[in-house]
Amino acid sequence: MTKRNIILSVDNLVIKFQLRGKVLTAIRGASLDLYEGESLAIVGESGSGKSVFTKSFMGLLDKNGWIDSGSIIYGGNDLAKYNRERDWLNIRGKEIAMIFQEPMTSLNPLKSIGKQVKESIQLHQNLKGKAAKEEAIKILRDVGIDNPEKRYNQYPHEFSGGMRQRVVIAIAVGCKPNILICDEPTTALDVTIQAQILDLLKTLKKKYSLTTIYITHDLGVVANVADRVAVMYGGDIIEIGKSEEIFYNPKHPYTWALLSSLPQLGKKGEALYSIKGTPPNLFHDIKGDPFAPRNPKALKIDFIKKPPYFHVSPTHKVKSWLLDPRAPKVKPPKSLKLLRYKIGDDLDEK
Amino acid sequence: MKNREVILEVKNLKVDFGKGSNKFTAVDDVNFSIYKGETFGLVGESGSGKTTIGRAINRINEISSGQIIFEGKIISGKISKELDREITKDIQMIFQDPMSSLNERAKVDYIVSEGLYNIKKNLTEKERKKKVTNALLDVGLLPEFASRFPHEFSGGQRQRIGIARALIMEPKFIIADEPISALDVSIRAQVLNLLKELQRTKGLTYLFIAHDLSVVRFITDRVAVIYKGKIVELAETEKLFKNPLHPYTKALISAIPLPDPIKEKEKVLRIYDPKMHNYDSEPPKWIEIEEDHFVLGNKKEIELYKIQLQSHNRNI
Repeated sequence: MTKRNIILSVDNLVIKFQLRGKVLTAIRGASLDLYEGESLAIVGESGSGKSVFTKSFMGLLDKNGWIDSGSIIYGGNDLAKYNRERDWLNIRGKEIAMIFQEPMTSLNPLKSIGKQVKESIQLHQNLKGKAAKEEAIKILRDVGIDNPEKRYNQYPHEFSGGMRQRVVIAIAVGCKPNILICDEPTTALDVTIQAQILDLLKTLKKKYSLTTIYITHDLGVVANVADRVAVMYGGDIIEIGKSEEIFYNPKHPYTWALLSSLPQLGKKGEALYSIKGTPPNLFHDIKGDPFAPRNPKALKIDFIKKPPYFHVSPTHKVKSWLLDPRAPKVKPPKSLKLLRYKIGDDLDEK
Repeated sequence: MKNREVILEVKNLKVDFGKGSNKFTAVDDVNFSIYKGETFGLVGESGSGKTTIGRAINRINEISSGQIIFEGKIISGKISKELDREITKDIQMIFQDPMSSLNERAKVDYIVSEGLYNIKKNLTEKERKKKVTNALLDVGLLPEFASRFPHEFSGGQRQRIGIARALIMEPKFIIADEPISALDVSIRAQVLNLLKELQRTKGLTYLFIAHDLSVVRFITDRVAVIYKGKIVELAETEKLFKNPLHPYTKALISAIPLPDPIKEKEKVLRIYDPKMHNYDSEPPKWIEIEEDHFVLGNKKEIELYKIQLQSHNRNI
């Protein structure tokens, strides 16, 4: 692998929230190096911290939340130290842009589509009037909206869900950002539309040379878009590696559990694998491996000491004591092998 | 398969919304039967009419024409009060979003037994409490949860409350409208297992409405694909997934995200364009192309599908 530039580097980030008089620790010392031009997917259950983690890159934490310690280095600056709205305005949209889950609520219903796209272009590209409009129409065409000159003057309610998501993407890309964060970009969409939007995002990534971060719980989406996958649990990245490494050679018991609960691996008439218990309570301190209480095969040390990263390959690292040379050999569930062979075979026949 | 007992039959169902020039046909000439004890899937994109069909069966949406027959009795249109009451008890519904389908101001005890208050008015307090306890135990919740409010529960637990609310009526038929779409991956598996388990122990029949095809494949016995208010194909689930005939079914199946990075990145997406049909000169018909496999098409298309079927059957 050629040496690639790190575009964003997060080190030991801790994020806390004040909630009903109590302090909740949402992110617990997570670190991440994001490489220029790559496509990274962050997966995890709700409450694992995946959204909070990425929102902190844009200063979008809710008012009751703050970065307690750690750093987020981007372009030579530490974003974790930014505390004025003015500082963030140079980052938000221009450098790092975001696409949200729900295309029904992320557009202004009172403004025409064109105006909303033009707005971001005027703000971030120093274009005005006619030039800005032309650029907006060009971007609308890029995101696959037919007849953009006519559509420019229409309002969000005249667009379908998939088309609205295209507009949201146009607004984000219109800022010409370096990093594009897509938070569950297709969860609210139908399968056929979902596939089209993912294709579009990949095309735009090439065209505008973007670095993309996908936040999703759909492992099918991950397989489609990601070069690398980070698995989050209890506010930390517990496993990260190339997409093939995570799907074909997962090492953390939580990743095993996550993959095993895919309906594609279920046998008709038999119970589907499901993870017992509930995610950790973030109000409490977590001792050791956060997944240990739900892991039937947890080791003693899992309850005592937090595991460090163990390297499986130069690109694949895991926070699990199972990889310690002294640990007993625990094999991943057999059903995971099916992942390579069973799924998608029907389609190959055609 | 042929001699299985039909519990629900939908004949030429049509549902319109609006009037005059604003009229919109949400469900158009839909036919299917559901056998007792099976899980029947209904898949399609949003706006295709799948929820409307469920709501028409449940008598929430009025139908414009056609018939719905449940256990041999016509339950659509004007029916007697007693039958209406019976249907309300026998056909229950589980909703998509457990966050918005439970009354935030009511305790679980009331939420679960609300149906009883309406239908079985002569229950004593003791009998009612007992039913609530049993329903909660059935869905894997503790009986003491009855005194709590919905906000005290996680998404998965709330969906269990939604299921308990349906079960307490001792229904024969449950319409599950996207029951797991709003849930997290790990909780999905739990709820799917619960639904399967309940079906086995209570002999329930499900109409399972969903857009996630990998879930549909796992849980359903037969599946109907609906596009813009018309069912375009219906078959046993594995048959349909292995050998889809209608181009829309093919497009839908090709769009399922596969949790396998190599295959997913190589896969070819099929796009369905309804303009490809030539239905002006010859409208399509609903044909049983092989046993228990129905498809919508005109003469020319059916010929083509038959050839596809033959070559597929030769290959296996």
